Amino acid sequence: MKDLRAIAIFAGLMASVPLFVHSGVVLNLCMMALFATLLSQSWNILGGFGGQFSFGHALFFGMGAYTQGVFQIQFGLNPWLCLVLAMGSSAMLGLLVGGLSFRYGLKGSYFALITLAFAEVFRILALSANFTGAGVGLMLPLSESVGNMQFSSRVGFIWLMLFWVVCALLITAWLRRSRLGAYLQAVRDNEDAAQALGVDPFQVKWLACGLSAALMGVAGAFYLQVFQYIDPALAFGPHTSISALVGAIVGGMGTLWGPVLGAFALEILSELTRNLFGELPGINMVIYGSLLILIMVFLPRGFAGIRWQGLQRDVKRTPSSGSIGVSASVKGLEERLQVGDALTSGAESQPKSDRSKVQT
Amino acid sequence: MFDLSIVFSSVLNGLTMGAVYTLIALGLTLIYGVLHIINFAHGAALMVALYGVYFLKVKLGIDPYLALPVVVPSMFVVGYFLQKVIINHASHGKDENILLVTLGISIVLENLALLLFNSDTRNIETSYTLSTVAVGPAMIAIPKLLSCLGALVVSLMLIVFMRTTDLGRAIRAVAKEKAGARLMGIDVEHVYAMCFGIGLSCLGAAACFLLPAFYVNPTVGNGFVLVAFTIVVLGGMGSFLGACVGGLLIGVIESVGGLFLGDSLGQVGIFVIFILVLLVRPQGLFGLKA
Repeated sequence: MKDLRAIAIFAGLMASVPLFVHSGVVLNLCMMALFATLLSQSWNILGGFGGQFSFGHALFFGMGAYTQGVFQIQFGLNPWLCLVLAMGSSAMLGLLVGGLSFRYGLKGSYFALITLAFAEVFRILALSANFTGAGVGLMLPLSESVGNMQFSSRVGFIWLMLFWVVCALLITAWLRRSRLGAYLQAVRDNEDAAQALGVDPFQVKWLACGLSAALMGVAGAFYLQVFQYIDPALAFGPHTSISALVGAIVGGMGTLWGPVLGAFALEILSELTRNLFGELPGINMVIYGSLLILIMVFLPRGFAGIRWQGLQRDVKRTPSSGSIGVSASVKGLEERLQVGDALTSGAESQPKSDRSKVQT
Repeated sequence: MFDLSIVFSSVLNGLTMGAVYTLIALGLTLIYGVLHIINFAHGAALMVALYGVYFLKVKLGIDPYLALPVVVPSMFVVGYFLQKVIINHASHGKDENILLVTLGISIVLENLALLLFNSDTRNIETSYTLSTVAVGPAMIAIPKLLSCLGALVVSLMLIVFMRTTDLGRAIRAVAKEKAGARLMGIDVEHVYAMCFGIGLSCLGAAACFLLPAFYVNPTVGNGFVLVAFTIVVLGGMGSFLGACVGGLLIGVIESVGGLFLGDSLGQVGIFVIFILVLLVRPQGLFGLKA
């Protein structure tokens, strides 16, 4: 319930921004931040909750963008219908790639590498095929109307993107509560143990991959609608994969609000650097990369883990804290903080009762 | 149909390119075999070395081959401190974290190069760039022949080093049994950093041999990263012999595939091999365990 209330507040706030602010810069920033949030949140489903780090998430992004473009331009379908197709095709691709990789037991670094290789294969295929416009890319003809999903101002795009971000947040919130989410986190924390307890690791990772890919496909379709242009490097290049994973990691993997925090922080940061240094090529990515290194060295749990680190000592005494704790969001942490306090203050003599309390 | 001599020269060409691939993959497989981490920054480090060789030639007029004694030790120092100062502190006990840190390092290096040197593709002019020798019915560029020899010498040196020196023995001990090696008084962190340094100095050598017949730009490493991973995976993670055979094999496949399918689809062939090997035989051709 708390999660739902927080999501509703977030949605209300973001939806009302265009009503009060009319500055194009701010609206653009809002839109791009929401876009980055969707990227990070979808990476987070597989990477944060499932522990499967994909380095080639642009694969699904590009698939979505190209589905949206090809069906619109070559077959003249309505963009809203294309959006559904884009989501579906990305999900299918996610299930295919995830199915192959997980069926053959790839994990950790190997999974990261194979997603990257798939993204490269698709980039080269898009470069060589004709119906994707090859190296020239696809240009969407300009015709502004709601039916064409081309809005005259950023406001329409913001609301559309917000809808999908809220969907992603609801899915994430559901993952934290649901059986599938619990299985997924169990597999992330210890696959063998989870399997011994009757969880099918293949199935949960596979589903998470499909879910994550579907959201990524929506982001790709959205990208095409906003910028009306896509080419193989934009679609399948490393840039999208990197911003998706850096946002989620900087904010905090496996949390509900971490990716939102990370994506907004990175977007604002890159806007600031653009104002400070102008359009220097590469400066954004230098900052992204440095942040990634700094976060990995000093705060491996991301911004959302900052408060958690201070608590670590207290909660570590409880046997099950490792698996629950890592996935806890800031909100969840507060609840656990009380448990931790109870442990340290009054519970020196009765570890057994405390243990049961924590596990419930 | 293609003339047989074209195929022959294409195979020869592939072998020379494969020799450079081997050099790059040797560094990667050494780092993987000992540290059990996948160095994602390998391509970016190669790019840095290539820029080093390029500027030595352009600013100071030092021939790429004579730059070897400068570039190789500097890459060693870079590698040693990268591992000691950054990567070592980022693992927090999980291998995936290291992958992310090396990804971060590669992003930073690549885009710093883009910032400082912009995205121009540069190459160097030497008196021997275009000279060739005849090998059977085919002509082969002298820089490529030299890179082939260089790769052979470096690979042999590395193998001899690993077998005969104390440090080589320590490295093999750490690779096999880290805790045991530590108990025997081996400074594991030092060995890790040495390994990383040696891995990157292989890249320094590769850069010196590569540049006379190649070019450099900020994203040049990307093309090599996946190829090098393919070789390492194909040959078996951590296997030197596998890296040598895999490198030559991939070089030939790329060259012959490019001849028959066109350059871009020839590249797809490599990635498809990579994916297939990962799926079907992740221990590689020469790897022992899955």
